[in-house]
Amino acid sequence: MAILGAINPMLSLGLDGDKAWRLADYVKRGGYSALRRILEEKQPQGSVINEVKKSVLRGRGGAGFPTGLKWSFMPRSFPGDKYVVCNSDEGEPGTFKDRDILRYNPHSVIEGMAIAAYAMGAACGYNYIHGEVWEIYERFEEALDEARAAGFLGSDLLGSGFNFELFAHHGYGAYICGEETALLESIEGKKGQPRFKPPFPASFGLYGKPTTINNTETFASIPYIINLGGETYLEAGKANNGGTKLFSISGHVERPGNYEIPLGTPFATLLEMAGGMRGGRQLKACIPGGSSAPVVPAEAMMACTMDYDSISKAGSMLGSGAVIVMDETTCMVRALERLSFFYYEESCGQCTPCREGTGWLYQVVHRIENGQGRADDLELLACVTTNIMGRTICALGDAASMPVQSFIKHFHDEFAYHIEHKKCLVPVDVQRAGSGFFTARV
Amino acid sequence: MLTPESLKKIDREIAKYPVDQKRSAIMAALAIAQDEQGWLSSEAIESVANYLGMAPVAAYEVASFYNMYNLKPLGKYKLSVCTNLPCMLSGGVDAGEYLKKKLGIGYNETTPDGLITLKEGECMGACGDAPVMIVNNRRMCSWMQPEQIDQLLAELK
Repeated sequence: MAILGAINPMLSLGLDGDKAWRLADYVKRGGYSALRRILEEKQPQGSVINEVKKSVLRGRGGAGFPTGLKWSFMPRSFPGDKYVVCNSDEGEPGTFKDRDILRYNPHSVIEGMAIAAYAMGAACGYNYIHGEVWEIYERFEEALDEARAAGFLGSDLLGSGFNFELFAHHGYGAYICGEETALLESIEGKKGQPRFKPPFPASFGLYGKPTTINNTETFASIPYIINLGGETYLEAGKANNGGTKLFSISGHVERPGNYEIPLGTPFATLLEMAGGMRGGRQLKACIPGGSSAPVVPAEAMMACTMDYDSISKAGSMLGSGAVIVMDETTCMVRALERLSFFYYEESCGQCTPCREGTGWLYQVVHRIENGQGRADDLELLACVTTNIMGRTICALGDAASMPVQSFIKHFHDEFAYHIEHKKCLVPVDVQRAGSGFFTARV
Repeated sequence: MLTPESLKKIDREIAKYPVDQKRSAIMAALAIAQDEQGWLSSEAIESVANYLGMAPVAAYEVASFYNMYNLKPLGKYKLSVCTNLPCMLSGGVDAGEYLKKKLGIGYNETTPDGLITLKEGECMGACGDAPVMIVNNRRMCSWMQPEQIDQLLAELK
């Protein structure tokens, strides 16, 4: 794969697939100049953080929290160790942008982390990389070696007296480690089970030290913000939604892949960039922000622009920017059944409502899909979701519940038909044809 | 139990963490140990734990929590197919069914010649390349339609 298209790109500008990811290529694109300038001018930490605040960069991992504000929570006068951690544990179904950033532009993440470390006074960082993308982990290790050899990492960076060491840590198959405190537990060599908050990582993080965790794409955006200035970066997107963003489009489109567009670009434009609907079929629904985001029916989706505020108004979340497109061949019960299985499988088991509740959700949706649904099953599902939501340590329980609630809300008739007639509105052979598995692709 | 090469690799991992946090290397160390035999026996887990100075039960907790660790012997090749929703929409489930038929086994089963174990995987973070599958936790295969699957199976000997 590659980054297949872009409008006014920053993150993907000048990339050339596997041919231009090395340090020399990055420097040729202007890389490491932001870090160099900050160090040479000995810019005050506060002014770096202010620039990030002005950009209104919002966390690209899913929550959309303003990055500059997050950085300002770190206690700057804390005398001991502090850490910056990059969350590259990209396992939210539909999301595959960080993989391409690390594969084609790994030094942008290294530079962004070094700048973040400088701004927050951290001397050490870790990048936690999804275990399934092993080649990416190995490439990042190589990129780290290059950066160390060139003096962009290590002690006394470019003669400035500032020290920063950065290491790669790999996951090994646990979705929950994308939750930031589970990720910290995992780096500490434990099961990835989320921690109670508060205390938040900014006061009690990795090894109990103040820690800031940001997503890969968030860190990758930092050098561009420093070079362009926060205001120019903000203007590249729209008010309250600074900059450009990578969107991962999967499902029933002609050209699934990553696309970089300014926040605020219409969904219709993005869909067109991805080649439109597969086989010219009709859009039925879309999950606009990764599998945990509520599903949006076609008409409402076509009216959206791709930014945090517009998608939120449509009743969903921009999340990680993972756009899962479903056409008329999709059985919504079957789609939900698969998602519910995922959350059941990935619940860490720590909180009873989630551990037990995700099992209930899967079993009930499974029986509806398999012609054994009962008349009161939709009420039962609603009841289980409200008993999970807000009653768990982390957001996985909510993430498992929101698809269930939104699928039933928007496609109630389809679920009711399954229960009453013991079969699907969409014939099985039509569903299978939709996947295009047996069709040669261009 | 662990080979000198493995210990050298583990030492490189330990060096990434503060001196009093050797335990942080457990995930990498278990992955390295698994590469030796293709799976993690209780003895292997214990020797990794001893090397890192942690309780064997704590190492076992990690090995049993993360699903890329194999706690039982498998076929020579572990083939994990993603069938999660984004992949399903582009043939992930069909790819799994195709493999089952070709290999004559179901998920979590091994071919009688001990060559291939088939697994149903969760999101691998490569949904745009669907159908995707991973061979032995390391090699990701993209756009696996019937022809590409046939080629892969011919290659796995």
